[in-house]
Amino acid sequence: MTPLDITTQLLQVLCALALAPAFLGWVNQCRAWLQNRAAPSVLQPYRGLRKLLIKESVLAENASSLFRFAPYIVFGTMVAAAAIIPSMGTGLPMSLAADGIALVGLLATARVFLSLAAMDVGTAFGTLGARREMMVGFLAEPALLMTLFVAAMISHTTSLPLIAAELTNRAPALYPSLAFTAVAFTMVLLAENARIPVDNPATHLELTMIHEAMLLEYSGRHLALMEWAAALKLFNYACIGFALFLPWGTSREAWGPAGLALAAPLLLLKLALAGGALALIETVSAKLRVFRAPEFLATAFLLAVLGLLVHLLLGD
Amino acid sequence: MNPLPLDLQLLNACASLLLLLSFSMLAQRRVVNLVNLLALQGALLCFATVLVALRTGQAHLYLSAALTLALKVIGLPLLLHRLIRRLGVYWDAEPVINPSGTMLIGLLIVVFSFGLAQPLAALASTATRSTLGIAIAVILLAFLAMITRRKAMSQVVAFLSMENGLFFGAMSATYGMPMVVELGVALDVLVAMLVLGVFFFQIREQFDSLDLHHLESLKEVE
Repeated sequence: MTPLDITTQLLQVLCALALAPAFLGWVNQCRAWLQNRAAPSVLQPYRGLRKLLIKESVLAENASSLFRFAPYIVFGTMVAAAAIIPSMGTGLPMSLAADGIALVGLLATARVFLSLAAMDVGTAFGTLGARREMMVGFLAEPALLMTLFVAAMISHTTSLPLIAAELTNRAPALYPSLAFTAVAFTMVLLAENARIPVDNPATHLELTMIHEAMLLEYSGRHLALMEWAAALKLFNYACIGFALFLPWGTSREAWGPAGLALAAPLLLLKLALAGGALALIETVSAKLRVFRAPEFLATAFLLAVLGLLVHLLLGD
Repeated sequence: MNPLPLDLQLLNACASLLLLLSFSMLAQRRVVNLVNLLALQGALLCFATVLVALRTGQAHLYLSAALTLALKVIGLPLLLHRLIRRLGVYWDAEPVINPSGTMLIGLLIVVFSFGLAQPLAALASTATRSTLGIAIAVILLAFLAMITRRKAMSQVVAFLSMENGLFFGAMSATYGMPMVVELGVALDVLVAMLVLGVFFFQIREQFDSLDLHHLESLKEVE
């Protein structure tokens, strides 16, 4: 563990914390442009967070301590996840502690606490949102794991930084298996982050919302943490996607500080492109009925398994 | 590990796309889209044949690629589209098994056929042998589509997709069948299509529907 590794690690976590709301703002801005609306500033999520942090937090009378602790746990797991995803460099001391499978576990922990907190107060909407979230979660998780397995089988390791490093080392070639899993991963990303075909992040319409329904009882700093955690989750998923499918440009240990200086603008470029693509997908697709969401996620799982099988057969 | 040469990579990508198309044909319920998927499958097959022809330098493969293009990409889809318009069948009825169930069975079929292909591929000496498993999977998935569909129209499309799979299998195992056989099969498919076209009209006249479960019950007609 060199000082450079520790710098990379710290810089990466700070970068995730600082950039996550901007990434969300950028996606919202692109969506607004594509839909011919006046676009909000990229900085809008920061303003929302500042407003919420200043405001007083109101708790329901029958809220248990779980309800109060959940935002910190959810936020904490997201920060921990950001620490093990190689978004800027592959020499990450934290990633020795947790591999890709543990990362899926971390994301599941956040989901469980978010759902428990939503059920805690006992309002109808919170329970409804929590149940839907668990439904989407238990269908999306196998697809996400399969996606990770394909990349892990190609690079013979489950550690995300090593996968990214191994994939960059390979000579450029067509990987049908990775192409399938990239589509599957995009579908999982949309479902897990409450984006359009599965959930609408901008809606407050009772019957259709999933993520927003779980946050209805939160206010003040708790809500700020929850929203920041949601932005971080989107950022993390985008970075997992970069690590698996666009690993070029992440800094290596051998490159020294120069690699880090190169990785930062490349990350920004990738985020800008991914945000634009995400906004495009959300604009051209219509929201599915909740009962159709399992079909959507079953297709993602199917694609991921097909990727795995094609990899086994063709051995690329 | 050295990557494969570019043409083999492209061929593998083609094979994977063929597999994906088979799955989308399983899921697709609009007959018009089904026919378009079939045409796309034919186009991929044509492209794959040209790739193999370029690699091996066998002249008869160019001819069979041209045949594929004329028959499977242009001819049959046009014929099917005309039949769909004349018969007015745009949607298939609810499939026998629900879509997610069909997909899971499809996955099992793919696992089975990949297992089946491994010893076979070991015997073949062609550079394209690794795609044999995909060819078998395409054939069996087309079988599955024929079993789960109710309308005669979609069953015929599945039948044609099975023929595509056979063609692809022959190409990956032995660089294509002899020209005589290939011409014979092409002619057979064309004739079968024409005969089935006539059958469609007969079935509809008898039962006022193209749903084949009417054919399952044998009853004396008074």
